[in-house]
Amino acid sequence: MIRKTAIGSLVVLVIVALAWMIAAIAPRTPLRSTPAAASPAAAAPAGPERKIKATLYYISEDGLSLPGVQREVPFADSIEEQARRIVEAQLGDAPAPYASPVPAGTSLRALFIGQRGEAFVDLGGEVRTKHPGGALYELFTIYAVVDALTVNLPAITRVQILIDGKEVETLAGHVDLRHPLQKNLKWTELQTDNDK
Amino acid sequence: MISRRFCSAAATLLLALLHSASAAQPPAGAAAPYTVISREGRRPLAARTMAGQEMFALDDLARLFNVVVREDAAAGGLTVTAGTATIALTSGQSLASLNGRLISLPAPPVREGRTWYVPVDFVSRALALAIAGRVDLRKPSRLIIVGDIRAPRIVGRMESLGSLARLTLDIAPATPHNVVQEGTKLIVRFEADMLDAALPATTSPDLVTNVRPGDGAASIAIDLGPRFASFRTTDTPADRGAARLVIDVMAQTTDAQPAPAPTATPATPETPPLIDLAPTGGLRAIVIDAGHGGDEIGAKGPSGGLEKQVTLSVARRLKAALEGRLGLRVILTRDGDTTVGLDERAAIANNNKADLFVSLHANAAPRTTTSGAEVFYLSLDEYGDAAERVAHTDSDPLPVFGGGTRDIELILWDMAQARYIKESAALAQTVEASLRQRVPMSPRAIQQAPFRVLVGANMPAVLVEMGFISNPGQEKQLQSDEFQNQIVQALVESISRFRDTHAGERPPGSR
Repeated sequence: MIRKTAIGSLVVLVIVALAWMIAAIAPRTPLRSTPAAASPAAAAPAGPERKIKATLYYISEDGLSLPGVQREVPFADSIEEQARRIVEAQLGDAPAPYASPVPAGTSLRALFIGQRGEAFVDLGGEVRTKHPGGALYELFTIYAVVDALTVNLPAITRVQILIDGKEVETLAGHVDLRHPLQKNLKWTELQTDNDK
Repeated sequence: MISRRFCSAAATLLLALLHSASAAQPPAGAAAPYTVISREGRRPLAARTMAGQEMFALDDLARLFNVVVREDAAAGGLTVTAGTATIALTSGQSLASLNGRLISLPAPPVREGRTWYVPVDFVSRALALAIAGRVDLRKPSRLIIVGDIRAPRIVGRMESLGSLARLTLDIAPATPHNVVQEGTKLIVRFEADMLDAALPATTSPDLVTNVRPGDGAASIAIDLGPRFASFRTTDTPADRGAARLVIDVMAQTTDAQPAPAPTATPATPETPPLIDLAPTGGLRAIVIDAGHGGDEIGAKGPSGGLEKQVTLSVARRLKAALEGRLGLRVILTRDGDTTVGLDERAAIANNNKADLFVSLHANAAPRTTTSGAEVFYLSLDEYGDAAERVAHTDSDPLPVFGGGTRDIELILWDMAQARYIKESAALAQTVEASLRQRVPMSPRAIQQAPFRVLVGANMPAVLVEMGFISNPGQEKQLQSDEFQNQIVQALVESISRFRDTHAGERPPGSR
């Protein structure tokens, strides 16, 4: 009887230990869900190069807004991988007649997603060294990345930008990057004072 | 540099000469000499009176202005050639011809021995049009200013108005200046190379003992008398680009004192006068933040113009204007090309208990056509619940040493701005309205953004983007005196208006 109880206790202990291990490891593993389910953008038909449509953000011809543009982005089967694809596409060239809000040659070093849906986007130092400065330009650079992720992947609620693997105060002296930023679409269209 | 120093010394001498009045009488036949001032230095130019007219020898003008004089004996005249321009003069005629255009002179040229003499006005009416660059003849002060020397003409007068002495300075052309008290004197400093000033004798020796040239090349010192209590200044524009500065030096009088409280000790004549320049409305100190600096150059224009230089230049002008016109204490977060952290900038404002924080910047865009000024205040959305908590933090009564309690503020310093969003929005609107009167605005004239430099400021705070330095036209504007002065004027007006309408309003539990 005692032996049966001891075996039972051991089994319970093992189960508890396993459960604890799973709980401890889980936050470090990416959220698993299909991008198609997470994204309002429709998945393109399956094929050798499967793509999804995503809204990316570029600077308008008058330089005063950051309108969304539908573009094709390679499909990925995890949300973290899909987030990488979206950011990589956002860092690439802008389609005519728009201008890129991100300095040319900016690289994505890493991207990971926390358990509360915060995406940490680690950009190469060139985003700072090649940045021409100016508050509006800096806002456009940051919100192009923040909105591209939060609009296309609703599972991502906030985005924190890191540079060369480190938390930074600002990118070019203005926007506070010490905290994750949430989606903000006010830069995507130009509202004049009369509209307010 | 050498010529500036030379000008400085020259100006001091000149002012002293002018101030010592017209005591020096010229010897018979000769008039007092004129002084030609240029970047090369200061040179005398002899004048003499002939038949009631002041005249210059043409040979002297030829030497000083590098022109060639040729006599045409057959025609009874002479020509003065400067580059491609030729001035023709005829003996006995009060006319000159400049490239065929007739110019009248107050008297004909006169020959005496081998020397030709022309009226003094020949310089302003004919020579100034023939040679490249500016030539400015100032007969009252016997000066000829050549080239880009900034030498505003200043004519002062003094009046006694009961308990105050009023010094009025007419300044032509209008020149940026500030008035500060330094010990027992007031100093009026001008952004100029020298002053062409005629200063008055004092009429109220108990308030102003003397008005004299200051120590620098372009300053005036007002020595204060024993009854001095405070001063105020008023600037008004005048006709033809001139300006008028009125300085009222006020005495401490019983009439000006507020009625003493019944328990207050009556002031005795020996009590030192209370100097309080603070205007009504509770606005006393303001921090002006020149954006970027040092290693952090900020945005760069297509011709190399730097945001950090523009912001510093405007900040210095704004400080002078706010101190001089509104009597505010102004602290700059940097007064040189130094790197200052964003936290430190807000800390300077908080530690100085500033009532307002104004951060100056120049914008950039990838399109070179983008232009216009923008005014930002903090957006709290990005800071979530923490900002909300700070915004509604009130003072907490805590026990203090010796018994009793005292309201102590327990706020997250990092988000101090959260409590001032309403006031900052009002300040942004006031600034935007004034800027709109003077400089082009962007279609996004007022915006909110999570700006790092604003979030820690424990007072109403705005960030002003004065224009787009990435736009070639605006880059030039941003570097020009005229545009910078327009920005300064707009900010002084808006701060004055904000002081009248909002200052003194504080969020619950704030300082």
